[in-house]
This record gives sequence, structure tokens and C-alpha cells, in this order.
Amino acid sequence: MGDRRHNRAFRFPFRFDGKGRAGPSGDGPSAGRVPAVLERLRTTDRLPSSPGFWRSSVRGVRFTAVLGLVLLVGLTLVFVTGLLSYAAYNPDLAPVNDKTPGKGVLGFYLFAWPTGPHWLYRLTQGLHVTGGIVLVPVLLAKLWSVIPKLFALPPARSVGHALERVSLLLLVGGALFEFITGLLNIQLEYVFPGSFYPLHFYGAWVFFAGFVAHVGLKLPRAVRVLRSGELRGETDELASPAPHTPTISRRGAFAMVGAGSLLLLVTSVGRSFDALRSTALLTPRGVADPGTGPNGFQINKTAASVRITPADTGERWRLTVSGPAGDLAFTREQLLAMDQYSAALPIACVEGWSTANQWWRGVRLRDLAALAGYPDRPPGVFVESVQRSGPFRKAALRDNQVRDPRSLLALEVNGETLSPDHGYPARIIVPAAPGVLNTKWVTRLTFGEL
Amino acid sequence: MRKANGPRSAAVFRRWYGEGPLHLLLLAATFALAGYAGVRLLEGDTFGVAVWFVGSALVHDLVLLPVYATADRAVRAVLGPGSGLVNFVRVPAFLSGLLLLMWFPLISRHATHYKPASGLSPDVFLGNWLLITAALFAVSAFWLGVRTLRVRRRAMKGRPSATH
Repeated sequence: MGDRRHNRAFRFPFRFDGKGRAGPSGDGPSAGRVPAVLERLRTTDRLPSSPGFWRSSVRGVRFTAVLGLVLLVGLTLVFVTGLLSYAAYNPDLAPVNDKTPGKGVLGFYLFAWPTGPHWLYRLTQGLHVTGGIVLVPVLLAKLWSVIPKLFALPPARSVGHALERVSLLLLVGGALFEFITGLLNIQLEYVFPGSFYPLHFYGAWVFFAGFVAHVGLKLPRAVRVLRSGELRGETDELASPAPHTPTISRRGAFAMVGAGSLLLLVTSVGRSFDALRSTALLTPRGVADPGTGPNGFQINKTAASVRITPADTGERWRLTVSGPAGDLAFTREQLLAMDQYSAALPIACVEGWSTANQWWRGVRLRDLAALAGYPDRPPGVFVESVQRSGPFRKAALRDNQVRDPRSLLALEVNGETLSPDHGYPARIIVPAAPGVLNTKWVTRLTFGEL
Repeated sequence: MRKANGPRSAAVFRRWYGEGPLHLLLLAATFALAGYAGVRLLEGDTFGVAVWFVGSALVHDLVLLPVYATADRAVRAVLGPGSGLVNFVRVPAFLSGLLLLMWFPLISRHATHYKPASGLSPDVFLGNWLLITAALFAVSAFWLGVRTLRVRRRAMKGRPSATH
């Protein structure tokens, strides 16, 4: 009795069995017609809704499974390094560091970003961006390999199948959204609808939701198919029922995708190494350095682009250091007269590019903290630039960053005075911190109050 | 539900839902997480973000993929399906097109922020892309030349022995 009631209430109108015949619901009063139309759509080979429309001999569950496993590893790496990048900003330290304050539990994993190894952010963010770039052809190939399923009829075989297809929109839309916003952002092409940080961060979580479902539902089959090397008694719904004479083998298609990834790797990896920069022929921050000499290395934002004028950084410039000892003002000469320390540290940008170690020289942050009234165990510091507008002209550094002896208020780089583009008269440099936290044109350091 | 109904209710569930209960649980978790993040994603320019999110999937599936598939078909038709030449055009064209697609803002000099922010000229990218494209097709042509020579040489070698 209960069975029948359920049956009637929830019966799905277009339930088919695997061979395309009308299934259990086909015997209803008006059932004959709709399935007949569907049947015609499914068998007219000029329409993408018919499996016979798709003629490539490359498509098949094994081809898709291999690409899927590459993406499982690759996208997991890109997702995790992306989460690490968010943590590297220390967003829970101060509101000024957090571009997604409404994150709620999505920030559950945040931790105090360490200062060592000093190349940490250079590595994680290089992997994030270069990894993403290299995965583009794999993603495109994967989407190509499953395109017949987009048009397959009926659009949903059951409630479960319908829900799964909605989750696929999260997966595909999310992946493309993340790749597109990421690729546009590193080219400084800010055409997306909003600030990059919230779009890319929340978009990543929407993508990840779809990714988890897809992996959960498909990984067992992918592994089974690749282990056994064949489909045991299963139909290969991705393989063409009437393939064209092959123009490329499956191995050839893999080689083509791999060649795409290799070409992208070769033309982009140089953006993370000064010595290889000239090989990064098509990628932003590739090809060449903006200048020559000690200050010739890569610049995130030039002084002119954020309207820093000589008046801002000239004779009248002072550094104000404040803390329990009050407000202390220093000229550049006074800072140069303090104990000077050196640190060899890179600039590593959220956009994935980085420089080799530069030899910075200046006053240690912990020495400035001592002047401000924190002789031992200094707290964090709130850093302000003379820059009047734009993001990250103010930033907060955590106590572990202030305490690291390599963290400097740098006055010189590679043996020369800082150039205006690299933050003259003074800039922050902290080991392993994202580039934007290494504030340039610093005018105020407030210890203890973030 | 009583225990005795276990297998039967499972069958009812499967009939109603079309998949096992684990499927539903996994998707419920997915939609909950996607909803939590999605609400935050859509804050601000809700319509614009929705268009970008759904639009990127639609543009890929209904524009980009059909366009490159049609181009591939056209190449096959022009070269003749059995000629074996397709890949000598297909592979360099794919690689060149991939680079253009990914770096279009820089190659087209549309990314106007790039030069003032970085102090680097984006003018090099168009030339580099054209040179890479030229190199890819040149390698392909060289490869085809070598292959043609080999086939010919093999045919020459084969001929006398065939007349014996």
C-alpha cells in the first residue's frame, strides 16, 4: 500500500532504462508521446542529443578517467595552495589584511603564517599559479571528453541524476570561473564583476563543493576502469557508437594535451626565477626585468601608478614609530645611523611571479619595536604607507614576523638606495610573506595596536 | 520506519530517487557547502557574478567547444580524411590557439593596467605569440618533411626487392 502511494507521488515522468526504451513510467496514460519525441532526438544523428552525433574515436571512459585522475591531483594541489595563500595574508590578524571578512567557517583552517623557510610563499604561490596555468589544457580536454553527456537525453533519468547534474554545473562553472578570474587577474585585466579576492576565494569553495561530489561519485569507477584496463560488463557511454576512422590515437591525444601543458610550463615557469625570466615568453612578468642594476628587479606597482610623488618621499618625509613609548619621528638619515642589518629575501607576489633573493639592508623591525617600548617579545605591527589610495597601503604583521631577525624596514637593496618604485625612502621586507604585505613607502609603524 | 522494513524501504528509496542513499548524502553536503560559499560569492554584484559563473560554462560548452570542433572538422575535410596530414595542422594550431586563448588580454594589449603597474611593456607579447606560432608550424612542417622522406626512401628500397 505504502509502496504504491510513494510510487504515484514521486514517479519521475521520463524514466528510461539503459537501452532507451520507456521504463516503468512509460505505461501511464500520456506516456507514449513524450518518450517518442525523445526517442527521435536520441536517434537522429544530426543532433548532439544522439550518441551517434559524436564521432571521435578518442572519447571513452578510459580517456576521461586518465584526465580525471590528473585533475584530481592537480586541482587538489591548486586548491590547497590557494587556501595557503589566503592564510599567508594573516587575515584573522587584523581587518586590514582580510578581503573576505564574511568568510565564516571557510576560514576554519587559518593559522599564523610562518617566516621560514623564507621561500615558502614563493613556492606555494608559484605552484598555485603555474600549476593552474599548466592544467588548462587538461581541463579543456576533460570537458571535451564528456561533452556528449551534456546533451544526452533524457536530461535526467531520476531525481538523483537531476541533482547530480546540478552539482556538475557547480563543478564546471566553478572550475572555469576560477581559471578565468585567475588568468585575468595575473594579466591585471580587472574585468570581472567585483574584487578579485572574494570572487576567487568564494568561487573556489563553490567549485570545491562540486569537486568533492564528483570525486566521490566517479573516482571508484575511474580507478576500477584504469586498474582492470577494461570495462567489465559496463557500457562505455562516452565512446562513440559509430566512430570515424581515427585521425589520432588515444595515446596521440594524450600527447597533444601533454604538449600543451609542457609548452605552458616552459613559457611560464620563468616568471618565478630571475635567471629564467627571458624564457617566460607569453606570461605576465616574463620576458624581461623592468630595469637593470641593483633596483632592476620586478615591481608590483610602480610609484607613478599609485601616485607617489617626490614631495611624499622627499625632505619632509618622516617615519613615525609609535607604541607605549609614544610617537617617535625619524628622518631617513637617522634611520641610516641606527644598526643596519642585512637579509637576502625574495619578492613573491600573489600573482605567482617572484624574484630571486635580493640583498636588503635596513633596520630590524624588532629594534624599532624596542624603541617603541617593546624591548622583549614585541607584538605585531600596523604598517602604513604614504600611498593615498588602493588596496594594501596599510597592512598588519604578526608578532612572529616582527620578531624574525630577517624582518627589516629596508632602506637599501643590493647595495644601493631603494629606488622610488621599490619603496624609497623605506619599505618592509618580511621572510615568506606575500609581496603586498611588504609595504612600500612606509610612513608609520604602530606596534601593539592592529 | 521499522527495522523489518529496511531492505524494502531501501528499494523504495532507490525507486524514488534513482540512486543509493549515499549519493543523496554526498550531494546534500555538496549543496550545503556550495550554498554557504555561494551566498557570499553572490554578495555584491549578484547578477554579474551569476552571469560569469553560469556563462563561463555555457560559453565553453556552446561556443568555444563547437567552434574548435568545427574548425577541426574543416581541416579534416580540406586535407582529406585519409591523408594522415591532419595532425600536422591540428597540433600546432591547438597549441597556438591555446596560448592565444589564455593570454589574449596581454597579446591584444587590452590589459591596460599592465604597463603602468609593472613598468613592463606588453607590446612584446603579440610578437612572441606570432613567433611561437611560426616555430610550432615550422617544427610540424619539418617533421612532415622528414616523414615524407623516410616513406619515400623506404619505398625506393622496397622496390628492387619487390621485383625479384
